[in-house]
Amino acid sequence: MKILVPIKRVVDFNVKVRVKPDGSGVDTANVKMSMNPFDEIAVEEAVRLKERGVATEVVAVSCGVAACQETLRTALAIGADRAILVQADGELEPLAVAKLVAAVAKKEAPQLVILGKQAIDDDANQVGQMVAALLDWPQATFASKVEVAGGKATVKREVDGGLETVELELPAVITTDLRLNEPRYATLPNIMKAKKKPLETLDPAGLGVDVSPRLSTLKVAEPPARKGGGKVADVAELVAKLRNEAKVLP
Amino acid sequence: MSSYRAPLEEMSFVLNELAGLAGVAKLPGCGEADPATVAAILEEAGKFATDVLEPLNRTGDLRGARLLEDGSMRMPPGFRDAYWKFVEGGWNGLAKNPEYGGQGLPEVVAAAVEEMWHASNMAFDLCAMLTQGAIEAIERNASPELKALYLPKMVSGQWTGTMNLTEPQAGSDLAAVRTRAVPQPDGSYRITGQKIFITYGEHDYTENIVHLVLARLPDAPEGVKGISLFVVPKFLPDAQGKPGARNDLRCVSVEHKLGIHASPTCVMSYGDGGGATGFVVGEPNRGLEYMFVMMNLARYSVGLEGVGIAERAYQRAVAYARERVQGRAVGLEKGAKPAAIIEHPDVRRMLMTMRAQTEAIRAVAYVTGAAMDHAKREPDAEARKRHQAFVDLMIPIVKGHSTEVAQEVASLGIQVHGGMGFIEETGAAQHFRDARITTIYEGTTGIQANDLVGRKTARDGGAVAKSVVGEVAKVARRLGGSGDSALKAIGSRLAAAVATLDRTIDWLVSNAGGNARVALAGSVAYLRMWGVVAGGWQLARAAEIAAAKLAAREGDAAFLQAKVTTARFYAEAILPWVDAHAALATGGGEAAVALPAERF
Repeated sequence: MKILVPIKRVVDFNVKVRVKPDGSGVDTANVKMSMNPFDEIAVEEAVRLKERGVATEVVAVSCGVAACQETLRTALAIGADRAILVQADGELEPLAVAKLVAAVAKKEAPQLVILGKQAIDDDANQVGQMVAALLDWPQATFASKVEVAGGKATVKREVDGGLETVELELPAVITTDLRLNEPRYATLPNIMKAKKKPLETLDPAGLGVDVSPRLSTLKVAEPPARKGGGKVADVAELVAKLRNEAKVLP
Repeated sequence: MSSYRAPLEEMSFVLNELAGLAGVAKLPGCGEADPATVAAILEEAGKFATDVLEPLNRTGDLRGARLLEDGSMRMPPGFRDAYWKFVEGGWNGLAKNPEYGGQGLPEVVAAAVEEMWHASNMAFDLCAMLTQGAIEAIERNASPELKALYLPKMVSGQWTGTMNLTEPQAGSDLAAVRTRAVPQPDGSYRITGQKIFITYGEHDYTENIVHLVLARLPDAPEGVKGISLFVVPKFLPDAQGKPGARNDLRCVSVEHKLGIHASPTCVMSYGDGGGATGFVVGEPNRGLEYMFVMMNLARYSVGLEGVGIAERAYQRAVAYARERVQGRAVGLEKGAKPAAIIEHPDVRRMLMTMRAQTEAIRAVAYVTGAAMDHAKREPDAEARKRHQAFVDLMIPIVKGHSTEVAQEVASLGIQVHGGMGFIEETGAAQHFRDARITTIYEGTTGIQANDLVGRKTARDGGAVAKSVVGEVAKVARRLGGSGDSALKAIGSRLAAAVATLDRTIDWLVSNAGGNARVALAGSVAYLRMWGVVAGGWQLARAAEIAAAKLAAREGDAAFLQAKVTTARFYAEAILPWVDAHAALATGGGEAAVALPAERF
């Protein structure tokens, strides 16, 4: 069984992002970039499935600029077998990424696509669902436990009310939540081996996908600065403020 | 609280721009060290240091290693687990020979990674550092049988190693070693004696510990030419190479120390039950010679400890200075809100001193590390020799100066914290205490300085020293002629400092023989001059490269601008120390040796 793991290169979670002065977006020049942490969980899960003998091959795919190769190498160092870069220099919206991933999935014919439930840069939370729709495959989002056996995947999902368990016929799409696993540290020998693993580059046109944006960003702005709190003299004043100013009490 | 982050951008800049990583990667056997792979290695090592090693640093300090009644060592909670994560990650074998399972990466890459281990948890890394020393001694000198038996397990980290040199009466003077080795009919030796200050002499990480022990044969000549080196394992390997019979050696006590509490410093007793079984490394009576070859690497590693601790102390001080609000900053308008102390000029002075000094010792250490790779792997013998001469000159400087700087930086780190720095909970005090050993072990600063004056400067009439001085002067001239005012200022300060160093070398070459006591009384001052000038040299190169990139609108402008500013601060505030050191280095020590000993 083959698993396809789409991964995204994002601004590292430790970086405090800054909005560009012209409000056109977030400044990513000279900013440390890393693999989207949810996707790291996806790679880890795929590699564990392979280590358990359930999967035979793990293929990582990323859509974006040439530097995404570094992110793919990270996936290879964790344990993916090979990588595919769909190179596109402009902005890629979730639908475009979903179409690219679906096209790669048609080409590679995996039994499972596992990816992060969302990316920490735009928090769109759309690609996994769209890929499933485009391929007309079943989907299980926000997975916190995955088991695969007998052509079926059993997935525990984190939903508002608690946990929901669903069973899917393969091939299927699974998106990962934070508690699915704790990604390993890449070992030094595996980092060294990663650069010898195959990395293939495709382009969107070759996959027959039009990636031109369908949305236009009007403005990106910093959230308003947090105002300092105030002190209240007693409970009565607090209640009055909650009622009259915050309007959270009737 | 501050948490350690490996300074990846800075490390990459120093590796690529100053140490010439691309050139190192072209050396035979270094092909794996391309910049992308090295970046990936540093990134992952940084994660490991931050997530696994650093959280244990304070636990290790508080709990320490404890010797139990049954002779076993209880390591602080979490250390054993972290050690195995370290081994499973393959980190132990980073720069080791691929023939024995290492990754064979260059020394300069190992240096950057090692800095991270030291910064996040120096007491933890000492185990790997000592193992590395033992591997080196065996690999260079031991028989093929000993190598095949021990090296693969030590390179992977399955077994650890120790270095048993010191005895109560034999510290810096190893000629006084008394431990005895008696040849046995089967070719092995029976070892008896006591060793002290044995780092990681006992621990609960691994199934076996390989002790390297200096001892005398019964017929050995007196002094340094009568000392031999032995492998004395805790468990004697059986026919399959698995730990077999328990050898006659044990840890009898563990020292209470000022710092590095998690690193067990052991008193080891050999042969209480009649004699421990040992195997000679190389030829008898050449032990000390073998040790000294290996000691260069050990001294270099201790220099990196200085860099690591300084970086950690700096990061902690910056975090605190940003957080701590106190008073109103001078120069801001009246009625302004109380400011974080980072706004106060004297706090800035302290942080800048810490930053500039740390960047300087790092740059000098990595440049020396790259030269070690060239000295080992250049195809041309002349080139190897040239690089080795530079390495030999720089080792006492990297060891002596970096560790002395670490004292100053860790002390300033406490000062930035004010009273809170004196309280252990902030963590600043631990860096100060941990740093304190680095100017002592593997040869005190005084020993490094003697080496620098005698063997590294006077012996060749100052030839190698002068050639490096010439390189520094070239950079100073180039920057002095620059149209950029910051570079020009850096260049002129550096020119003055290196000229003073040049005159000091002349003085030493003519006085080290006839006036040896006075020359040696100023030897540490001479070493510090070298350290300060070498740091100024590398920061000047960094500023030059950064300015060129800024002009070409390449790279991260804020980072590059900081490089120029830091170099300027160093040139203006640190380089002038060279004059003060020069006074002591050129005869100012006369009074030190003039006072009769009984007057003290």
